[in-house]
Order: sequence, then C-alpha cells, then structure tokens
Amino acid sequence: MDVELKAITKRFGAVVANKDVTLQVRAGEVLGLLGENGAGKSTLMNVLCGLYRPDEGQIVINGTPVQFTNPGDAIAAGIGMVHQHFMLVPVFTVAENVVLGVEPVGRLNHLDLKTASAKVREISARYGLTVDPDALIETLPVGVQQRVEIIKVLFRSADVLILDEPTAVLTPQEVEDFFGIVRSLRDAGKAIIFITHKLNEILEIADRISVLRAGRIVGESDPATATKADLAEVMVGRPVHFEVDRSGAAPGDAMLVIKDLTVLRDDNTIAVDNVSLTVRGGEVLGIAGVQGNGQSALIQAITGLMPAARGTIRFLGQDITHASVRARHKLGLAHIPEDRQRMGLIPDFTVAENMVLDSYYDPRYARGPQVQWDAVNQWAATAAAAFDVRTTSVFAKAGHLSGGNQQKLIVARELSRDTKAVIAAQPTRGLDVGSIEYIHSRLMAARAEGDAVLIMSSELDEILALSDRIVVMFKGRIVAEFDANVEKPEKSQIGLAMAGVAA
Amino acid sequence: MSVNESLDAARDKLLQRAAPDRTEFEDLVIVPLFAFAVALILGAVTMLATGVDLATIGRSYVALLVGSVGSVNALSETLVAAIPLVLAGLGLALGFRAGLFNIGAEGQILMGGLAAVIFGFTFSALPFVILMPLSLLAGALTGAFYAGIAGWLRAATGAHEVISTIMLNLISYRLLDYMLSLPWVQREGRADPVSRSVPDAAELPRLLEWLDPNLRLHAGVFVMLLAVAFVYWLLFRTKLGFEFRASGASPDAARYAGMHASLIIVIAMATAGALAGLAGANQVLGVLGRATPGFSAGIGFDAIAVALLGRSHPIGVLFAGLLFGALQAGGRQMQVDAGVGIDLIGIIQALVIVFIAAPLLVRAIFPWGFRNRQKGTHQ
Repeated sequence: MDVELKAITKRFGAVVANKDVTLQVRAGEVLGLLGENGAGKSTLMNVLCGLYRPDEGQIVINGTPVQFTNPGDAIAAGIGMVHQHFMLVPVFTVAENVVLGVEPVGRLNHLDLKTASAKVREISARYGLTVDPDALIETLPVGVQQRVEIIKVLFRSADVLILDEPTAVLTPQEVEDFFGIVRSLRDAGKAIIFITHKLNEILEIADRISVLRAGRIVGESDPATATKADLAEVMVGRPVHFEVDRSGAAPGDAMLVIKDLTVLRDDNTIAVDNVSLTVRGGEVLGIAGVQGNGQSALIQAITGLMPAARGTIRFLGQDITHASVRARHKLGLAHIPEDRQRMGLIPDFTVAENMVLDSYYDPRYARGPQVQWDAVNQWAATAAAAFDVRTTSVFAKAGHLSGGNQQKLIVARELSRDTKAVIAAQPTRGLDVGSIEYIHSRLMAARAEGDAVLIMSSELDEILALSDRIVVMFKGRIVAEFDANVEKPEKSQIGLAMAGVAA
Repeated sequence: MSVNESLDAARDKLLQRAAPDRTEFEDLVIVPLFAFAVALILGAVTMLATGVDLATIGRSYVALLVGSVGSVNALSETLVAAIPLVLAGLGLALGFRAGLFNIGAEGQILMGGLAAVIFGFTFSALPFVILMPLSLLAGALTGAFYAGIAGWLRAATGAHEVISTIMLNLISYRLLDYMLSLPWVQREGRADPVSRSVPDAAELPRLLEWLDPNLRLHAGVFVMLLAVAFVYWLLFRTKLGFEFRASGASPDAARYAGMHASLIIVIAMATAGALAGLAGANQVLGVLGRATPGFSAGIGFDAIAVALLGRSHPIGVLFAGLLFGALQAGGRQMQVDAGVGIDLIGIIQALVIVFIAAPLLVRAIFPWGFRNRQKGTHQ
C-alpha cells in the first residue's frame, strides 16, 4: 500500500505546526522521518492516523484521496501507529491486550481467547517477534512490550506502520533486535514510517530520509550517501560538532572514593553488589550498562537518595556514606538526575523556583525564614541566559519548556554552583542534537575546571565520546574497566561486557 | 555588543513578567462566578420539582440576598459564619498545597474549641489582655497536636492521612462527649453534657455592640484576616512554604532537593491543625461561649469545600469562606421569609462545588465569557 501526504498544513491558532508538507511512503520501504523535538513530526503523524484533521492538503492512499474523521477511519484504511508511550493494560495478558476493542467472540458473546492466542502466535511467528501470547504485560521487559504494540497494529491488518521514536525506551541490544523486526516487516511488504531524532539509527534502518524542521520538509536524502554531519546540519539548521574535545586530560587527586558498596532495593534484593570506584578531579568516569543493572541505584546511593547497606563513600576525604542529601549537596556534589520530569524539576513551578529547588535556603536567596524572591529571580535570569535555557520569562512554568530546555535548566542549576563533583545520569536522553552538543560541552567544562565527573548513560556513543575511563556494570557488579586515554575501547568490547560476557 | 552586554539584555528580558494569563483569570474568577449562577438556577429547579411555586422561589432568593448582605445585621451574620470557615479552610488549603488531604478539620475544631474553653474557665482570674490570646493559643496548639498525630502516623508508618484523620474525627466526637461529663468540665448543676461557660475575660469582644447589642460580629474577624495574611506569607514567601509546595507538587523532586519529607509532613499537618483549632476557639470564644456535643456543626467539612473552591490559595479561601458564610446567613433568612428549608443551602453549596470541580462543564454551558480555544494541542 502506498501512502502520500500532499501539501499538508496544520495550524493551532497562530502556530503553524506543519506547513505544506509532502511525503510519500511505498509498500516495502522504510521512510525515516528525522527532526528535532518540536519540529512537527508528531503532529504530522497524528494527521496521518486520523487524530487531527489537516487545515490544507490531502492524504492519498493508492492513488485515491481519503479523508479521516477519526482514528478508526485510519485504522480501517490500514494505517497503524505505535506510540512512543505504550498503551497496554499491565495486568492483562499479551493476547488480551492485542484483541482489546476488537475481541473475537463466540456464541453468547463468549470471549474467544483461544483464537486470539493462536492469532497472536501466528503473527508473532510470521514476523519473528517471539512473544508469548499468555504472558502478563507487567512481567515483560520494555522491548517485548513494544513488540506487543506492533502485534496490536498488525492484528488490525495495518499495511502502513508509523513508529514514533520507537528506540527511545530500548537498550542497545533491544534496538538491534528491533531493527531486525522492522526489516522483516518491510520485507513482508509493509510500508513503514520511522520517526526519530537519532542520526545513526536513521542511517542504519531507513531506505529514504525526509528531514522536518520548524514544520517544513527541509531536505530529503539517501542514507547510502548521507553522513551524520550532513543530516544534523539539515535538521538543526547549522553545523553541529559531534566530536567532544577531550584533549588535555589532567586527572588530579581522587575526589570520590567508593569502597565495597552494596545497595539494596526496597524488596531487599541486591541492586549494587560490592562495587569499588574512584573518580579523580579533572576526569570523566563513564558507567555503561544495560538499564536495570544497578547503575541507577549506585548513583542514588552516591547522592544520598538510597541508603548504603554496606561499604563506604568518601568525598573530598570525608565519609559521606550516611550523610543527608543536603549535606552532600553543600559539599559540592552536583546531581543531574535520571528522571528530569519527576525528580529533576517540578513542572508546575516557575523556572525561577526550579532554579533554586535545592539552594533556596542559601544565604544568597534567603534571609531568616523568608526567601528573597527578587534575588532568586535575578539569579535565575542570569543563569538561564548563561546556560541558553530558552524560555519567555523566568516566571514561566518549567513544564512549558521543551525537554531540551528543561534539561538545560537542571544543568544550569547544578553546574552554576561551586561544584567539586558532577553526577550525571542519562544527561541527554531524549534530547535533540543541539541540546546534546550543549550539555556535553558544559560537562566537559566542569571537567576542565577540575571537577570529578561521573556519567551514567545507556547511550554507548555518549559514554565513549565523553569518558576518560569506562566501567561496565552487569547485575550490580563492575564487570569490565577500560582506560580510554590509553587505548580507545571498541564498542563491541563494551557491548559484550554489558551483556555479561566476560572479556 | 560584547558578550556580557548581550547576556545582560537577555537577562533583563527574562525578568519581564508576562501579562496575567487569560486562562488563569478564567479559571480563578469566571468559572466560580458561573458555577455559582448555575447552582442558583439548579437550586430553583430543585424547588420547582418539589412543588414550590415560582413566587416563593423568587421570595426565597430575595431573602437569601437580604439575609446575607441586605443589612448591617446580615453582613455581621455573614462574617460570623465566615470566620471559622476561612480559618479551617486556610488550614486545609495549606495541607492540600503540601499534598496532604486532611479530612480531620472537624475533629481539630472540636479539640481546639474544647481546649480554649477549658483554658478560659481554668485561668479565669487572668486579665483579658492575657487570657483571651492565651485561650486562642490553647485552641491552636491543641488543634496542632491533634492533627500532628495524623501527620506523625503518616511520616513514621505511612498510614494514609485520609483514613487516620477520619478516625481521629470519630475519636474527637466521643472524647468531647466524655470530657463534657467530667465534673471539672461540666457546668455545675447540669445533667446534660455542657461545659462551664467561658469567662468574659476570655471572650472575643463583640465589635458592633455600640450600634446594636444584637450584632454578633466579634474580634475573630481580625484573627481571620491575620491568618489569611500569615498563610499567604508562609506559603509564598518563606523557605518552609517553598518546601510545603515542593513536597505537594512532587515528593520525588523534594527529596532530590534535600528536603526532609517526614518533618515537612508533620509540620504541615500541625500548622493545618493549628488553624482548625483556632477556628474552634473562635467559635467558642466568639459565638457560643461554651462547648456542647458536636458544636463544630460540620464546619470542618464545609471548610474542605471552601478550600477547594478557593483553589487552595489564601485569598481564594477568604472569598470562598465569605461566600459560604453569606449562604449560611442568607439561608436562615430564607427559611424565615419564604419557609424554604435551610437544606436547600446545602444543595446549592454542593452544586457550586460540583461545577467548580468540572470547569469544562461550566465552559460548555456558558461558551461566552471564555476565549475560544482551538481543539487539540500542538506537539
């Protein structure tokens, strides 16, 4: 099935989300739709799957113009969307989720789960999805849940699949498996639209690439000849530097020393198992690992959000194993948390309030019991300007900023203090190229100032680009260590260690 | 332009306040006004449906207006009814801001009021300037302690405050009954549970007796206004208020920021209880003059509505409390003039809350007054 979007324009009030966009995707090909956050990718796809109606332009399927008034029309026409955020009932089985809304029923409206299971098994086998129809969703890893979403779409006989930022939630291994699935779907004659802002992924999987910027198509390219740098320039609108300048490594004294640290989860299972680490001033230590192997717990233990069951954490010569979050903070420990929406900032609070979220009590901002809001606002404006946080005003709610600017706000708050160590967890997850470049440069600036920098990321490229030393965590232990300044490690070496294969 | 100058310019631009958001204004002012109008209309429909004729309905709404704002006495009664609602409502609003759903204002009012009475008659020898403020303080502290129990249970054991405050309410009813029958509390010569009277030196003085000895407006109105100012200052100007609001908006972010969650829960509950206890003390020292079983008369529950209607903002709570006070005062007049039961006021109050809670419904009923908004959101 071939689908064409012709000169689509979609406005929201005065805002033009899509302007004159023309796209086509044919059966048996993967169209990569590339664009930064806010470029209008999701709006365009919501037009295609019937959620929005275009103000101008039309959708043409197999040469016939069609009009969708609701998502049901699009599904009936064979267009299915796999959303970034899954829509699954956790306590239902795979088969139950797949048939939800289109349940096969027998006599007396009896729910025919056997047929459902069989159908799921058949789809799963045909495209190499390997999903057990009787498993409960809540017991499945994220990567498998995503396959369930794909089965859902296929079950409704979709010929065009829209995949919205499908790899955002996946680990590197899961991404590889996922690409295999996308290829088998393509070879089976499905038309696929793959939405992403990740350059290497689009180069790997797409047959053709269209780039969207500020609501318009600004370029098309052939992945066989295009380079990352070309695509990034088209996407962002200016040249982007991928190489982080790591010259002049001058590691100083050991600042953060972790010894035999063990951390337990709430259910008393071991999250971090007897880990010892040292981070020196002026160096970046990268922690690689597949998500859920104890990296988050390690970081929370260092920052005081999870208790250490055993072992010691020393910072600047002081034992902080049992120190409060605030005490660590006052010593100069900056923390860029993993979950910026839930932990790093308060979306309902203003930019200014978020800028002092962990320093409002400081004598610069508080006198007696009172917060000096004038001083706070002044400082917040200075920091926002210095760290390129794009907001209309410091009185705007942080929740109204884009993801990249929210993260820059957090980086501004944490790095503009007098810090001695920076703990950054997933510092650029889900951000666009421009913001990633900026945040990386800020982290390197902290390193140049002699801070100890600890970075945890599930993006192997990010770890490789930034780190002087790399450790790999697997099942709560450190299973491998690489010194990037001696010899740059191969991606495959780290990947194997991440999978638990001893080097 | 140098780098510094351009940074300065960017900074100054960021410090400009945007004009008040139209949507915010609609939510804060227009929605409540329309909600009140719809509630009055549906109240009339209810009366019609129960066989009341149109003329009586008209008379009852006139009486509602006259009885609430139509005379000095009406205004005085409105304020008297509003004082405890605002005080307790402030406490609940503060709790909501901190993420605590305190259902226990009723019990805190009872305990605070009882403590104020006991303190008053126990130290009746003290002069007015000492006894009256100390009696109020006794009420506030007792309310704080009583609510603090629920706060401590939440912080230490995770027991949900909704459950524990409801249970504490039930305990407070029986505890009050029991204490009112103790020989040192019960009025001498009475067999029914009535406390000794509050001595004159502990009473909140009536303010308008020089005008008409029947006017009941008392000095509690100043306590109420001070409390509004205090809660505003606490929530929006202090470190503690920032911690309350942060804990309420995002407990995880508050923990990340190094705030002490369990301590904040206990302090927030205790402050809320102090305000409710103050409401109880105001009732006994300003209006009732003694404690009787159930003297709180549901104020603690109406105050939940007041706090919600006031959007958990101190100024909003003040206006919402005045509105509910007016409904109470006017409702009594309605009963006298038109013979319509005061229960109707309860229905109207409930309808106001229903429509406040459903702003989209109000927008649908009254499309004018609201700026048209495009459907759907961008990106």
